Amino acid sequence: MGKVMPLSGNYAVAYAVKAVDVDVVAAYPITPQTAVVEKLAEFVANGELDAEFLHVESEHSALSAVVGASAAGARVFTATSAQGLLLMYEIMHIASSSRLPIVMGIATRAISAPINIWCDHSDFMAASDTGWIMFMALNAQEAHDLIIAAYRIAEDPRVSIPVAIGYDGFVVSHTLEPVDVIEKEEALEYAPKRVSRPTLDPDRPVTMGSLASPDWYFEFRVQLQDAIENSRETISEALREFKRRFGREYREVDDFYTDDADVVIVSMGSTTGTALVFIEEARRSGMKLGLLNIRLFRPFPEVEVVKYLENAKAVAVIDRAVNAGSSFVGPLYSDVVVSAFKKSLDIPIVNYVTGLGGRAVVKSHIEFIAKHAYSLVGKKMREVKKHYSFIGVRE
Amino acid sequence: MSAFTIASIPREELLAPGHRMCQGCGAAIVMRHLLKALGKDIIIAHATGCVEVTTSLYPETAWRVPWIHVAFENAAAVASGIEAAVKALKRKGLMNPEKKVKVVAIGGDGGTVDIGLQALSGMLERGHNVLYVLYDNEAYMNTGIQRSGATPLYAWTTTTPAGKVWRGEWRRKKDIVGIVRAHGIPYVATVNFAYISDFYVKLRKASEIEGPTFIHAYAPCVPGWRYEPHLTVKIAKLAVQTGIWVNYEIDRGSFRVTTPVPKRLPVEEYLKTQGRFAHLMKEEVELIQKLVDEDVDYINKLAGSVVVGPVERK
Ligand SMILES: Cc1ncc(C[n+]2csc(CCOP(=O)(O)OP(=O)(O)O)c2C)c(N)n1
Ligand code: SF4
Ligand SMILES: [Mg+2]
Repeated sequence: MGKVMPLSGNYAVAYAVKAVDVDVVAAYPITPQTAVVEKLAEFVANGELDAEFLHVESEHSALSAVVGASAAGARVFTATSAQGLLLMYEIMHIASSSRLPIVMGIATRAISAPINIWCDHSDFMAASDTGWIMFMALNAQEAHDLIIAAYRIAEDPRVSIPVAIGYDGFVVSHTLEPVDVIEKEEALEYAPKRVSRPTLDPDRPVTMGSLASPDWYFEFRVQLQDAIENSRETISEALREFKRRFGREYREVDDFYTDDADVVIVSMGSTTGTALVFIEEARRSGMKLGLLNIRLFRPFPEVEVVKYLENAKAVAVIDRAVNAGSSFVGPLYSDVVVSAFKKSLDIPIVNYVTGLGGRAVVKSHIEFIAKHAYSLVGKKMREVKKHYSFIGVRE
Repeated sequence: MSAFTIASIPREELLAPGHRMCQGCGAAIVMRHLLKALGKDIIIAHATGCVEVTTSLYPETAWRVPWIHVAFENAAAVASGIEAAVKALKRKGLMNPEKKVKVVAIGGDGGTVDIGLQALSGMLERGHNVLYVLYDNEAYMNTGIQRSGATPLYAWTTTTPAGKVWRGEWRRKKDIVGIVRAHGIPYVATVNFAYISDFYVKLRKASEIEGPTFIHAYAPCVPGWRYEPHLTVKIAKLAVQTGIWVNYEIDRGSFRVTTPVPKRLPVEEYLKTQGRFAHLMKEEVELIQKLVDEDVDYINKLAGSVVVGPVERK
């Protein structure tokens, strides 16, 4: 086992990147991700990490450069937040459809305007249609561990899809926690470098990034959909193997008290911790609440999610992002509702949007959400008048 | 470097026939000879544009060298990543350190002087060992002849049409070589395939020099410039003979015109070959002549002698 160090989420990510011995890092600073870039620069400067470090002039070039490096056979890393992620958006689709095993850290942050550097999930959610495998880590340890798992998953020839690991800006990225740091040998045994795909090599010339006409384009996109769908097995295998080697268990979703819960709260990221504290208190006073934490966001673990909602009488989905004008408002909500509907769960499922732009999500918010959802117990979905509300916002 | 002769042009075609570039396409000539000049030990990162779409229609490819296209504005960034990967993999023993690989980025004028300028600047400034080749057909041809920052004064394009108010493009061509040069890179040169030995010598030099190097290649476009396909090389030659295009290099700071033109032809000889200038009036042609004269004076000043001579009317 490695040694335990007090690390912020950002540093925990940087230590993981060092442990898997990446060959090329290209990243551009943006709050709250910046410390990852700085720490990696320090590792390279000290000779602790033997990598090419590219001081790119933008996030667009950061992702473009790691696309090139990955296509040439290197193990690569980049990280960003908010505006940086949006600047990468074009290339994110290209990375996944080109089936390059890139790994990226996302210290989640609100999107402008107004400009705001604090935590929410607007950036993460904006990337949800890019064909990447996406996880949300709950804390620094998880961010560290999932980065390492991400390389094993991404480079698995059955997958070959880029992986993004989200972790809440400031709440996780800047909070010191004791982190059990995985050493290089262990990390590389668990996630050995695998280059089983064609690479850019003058000895075996290949053409990548072709123009595909209507005769062919469709199949490329279907293959990506099939591959991300089929990645579920590889993902759970990688997480099981992680537990076997390192003792820490990560599942696609975490369930707390869902067995007998009347109301299940679904959340993602640091809100989960706040919700859990409240739920444990509420249970003592007789409120039968359960909690579901979404760790794997893409591919969405619909089977697991529904399994833990099946016995509930109402479901409260907490989102930290808004898809304005959509039929669902909260992006996580849309995935939960569709998953439930596919299994004909006819219970009220409602959406609570909270914590935008770093507005604190506190216990009293969770209490309000729980009580509100409780008031819907016994109703059917179609009897719900208002499917979403904003919590913690000025009247 | 051994002396170049036409006979020494390699026979092997690394750009396969069957691509979909137009008959007489200048960019096609640039690509074919670029590959012959550089050989097989290269990796190309290509920007979106005419050449990219016409050479890579899945499931076929015209490229007999490793080639990647990612997007329009990022060829320089992709090339940077490839070069970094090769460097890291060699150093870490994951690739044979003896293996010869030169990374080449290729972009059109739009992909280079406009949307890709930032990525290009980053790549040059970081000092990557990459040869960047700009094939300049002076507009966005892939999307149907829209103006770019490299479109010359008064040229008709679909977004600078000649009408009652507009007279074609009303701004001058962006000095991309000046911009590139300001990065202090070891080698910058302009090439024109009508002067093929100069083309080969410069491409090989640019590829052998360690560090970022830049080639600005002249590339006439048949439909975009509105001329008959058999005239491509003739027009290319006229560009040099009129002083509209000057072949030169800046090799580690020292400037040299590589194709001296003792006596220039009037710009009209060039302009009249292309439909994109068909709407020009006498005064407009005169203004272009005046501006070219000024450019030539500047070139001669840099060269320290009169390497491009005065206009001689026939
Ligand atoms: C971000 C983005 N904007 C616009 C386009 C559309 N587009 C594709 S190629 C092109 C013009 C290419 O012009 P140039 O670089 O001069 O190459 P050419 O086609 O003339 O050879 C444009 C505008 C694109 N592919 N990507
Ligand atoms: S449109 Fe112009 S640049 Fe494009 S292939 Fe044809 S001649 Fe070449
Ligand atoms: Mg062009």
